[in-house]
Amino acid sequence: MPKFHFSLVAPERELFAGEVDQVDAPGAEGDFGVLAGHEPFMTTLRPGEVIVRDGASRRIFTLQGGFADVTPESFTLLAEHATEVGLSS
Amino acid sequence: MASLKEMRNRIGSVKATQKITKAMQMVAAAKLRRAQDAAENARPYAARMASVIANLANGVSGDGAPKLLAGTGRDDKHLVVVATSDRGLAGGFNSGVARAARERIAGLLAQGKDVRIICIGRKGRDVLRRLYGERILHTYEVASAKTLTLDVVQPIAAEILSRFEAEEADVVTLFYSRFRSVISQVPTARRLIPAEVRADAASAPDLKGGVYTYEPDEASILETLLPRNLAVQLLSAMLENQAGFYAAQMSAMDNATRNAGDLIAALTLQYNRSRQAQITKELIEIISGAEAL
Repeated sequence: MPKFHFSLVAPERELFAGEVDQVDAPGAEGDFGVLAGHEPFMTTLRPGEVIVRDGASRRIFTLQGGFADVTPESFTLLAEHATEVGLSS
Repeated sequence: MASLKEMRNRIGSVKATQKITKAMQMVAAAKLRRAQDAAENARPYAARMASVIANLANGVSGDGAPKLLAGTGRDDKHLVVVATSDRGLAGGFNSGVARAARERIAGLLAQGKDVRIICIGRKGRDVLRRLYGERILHTYEVASAKTLTLDVVQPIAAEILSRFEAEEADVVTLFYSRFRSVISQVPTARRLIPAEVRADAASAPDLKGGVYTYEPDEASILETLLPRNLAVQLLSAMLENQAGFYAAQMSAMDNATRNAGDLIAALTLQYNRSRQAQITKELIEIISGAEAL
């Protein structure tokens, strides 16, 4: 499966950056999942969970809202008060 | 001529001072590292935010543009935000920022504009209070916050926004000290409202023929992003300020330690000379006493 670059940035620091398979995020008008080659897309986020999948590993972050910028090759998430809650594989 | 005991005391006190400045220098160096890391870690967010806003701003120019971006169309009421530190003993760090702000304020007043001031950090207020005391609306102290986060700057951003919305300010300018390197901090003015859109930040990503879709529409995204951007800009300025402060304090204390060293050397030389002079004088007295017999 083709991968894309995902970066999760909080105001204080970058929480995650790297190549991943899929990212699910809570958009202001509905949850959405992003795969490589997604069409260009910008949205604000509501509070919720972001799930980052890469191979068999899954990392989960919670955030208090934020902003998503999706292009075919990358996904940048500007998060407010993001924290990592879990790592499962 | 001071007595020998007085000189010994003097040397002792300079040595004690040197120990203090040396300790302060080392503490500042350790804190500088942490502050520098914090400033660097915060950079990606601010940079991404700036480029997103620059991209969006191209799309919504004209009448529909939010006021935070386009301004109120007037230029009469200025709000000047002066970010300094709460502590001193950092060479020209605080006075540099305060001077830049003072010059701007004087210039604006000469043009007949209305100027109000918000101070972040006690030192800036101390300088500005003498000249523009009645114009200072509020002073925030940040030293109590151990680490600077968005939560710390949020109240400041909220006050700026509410004053802007109440039409108490048309233009908001932030004065802070840009951290160029450990030996150089540059007092800098940054316009917060109307938002500065840096043309170079708008790097259009390769969309492979696609067109951005917005959820909700562009204008509402901008409206949520711009207030947040204000807080982020404040945060990044304050992080740079903090790094600059510790750098300035470190070099100021380094100078002080060196000066104290020079002073100790000069005083010790003087002390040894006068001690020798006294011994010689006593010997002469003994010898001439013996000869008289």
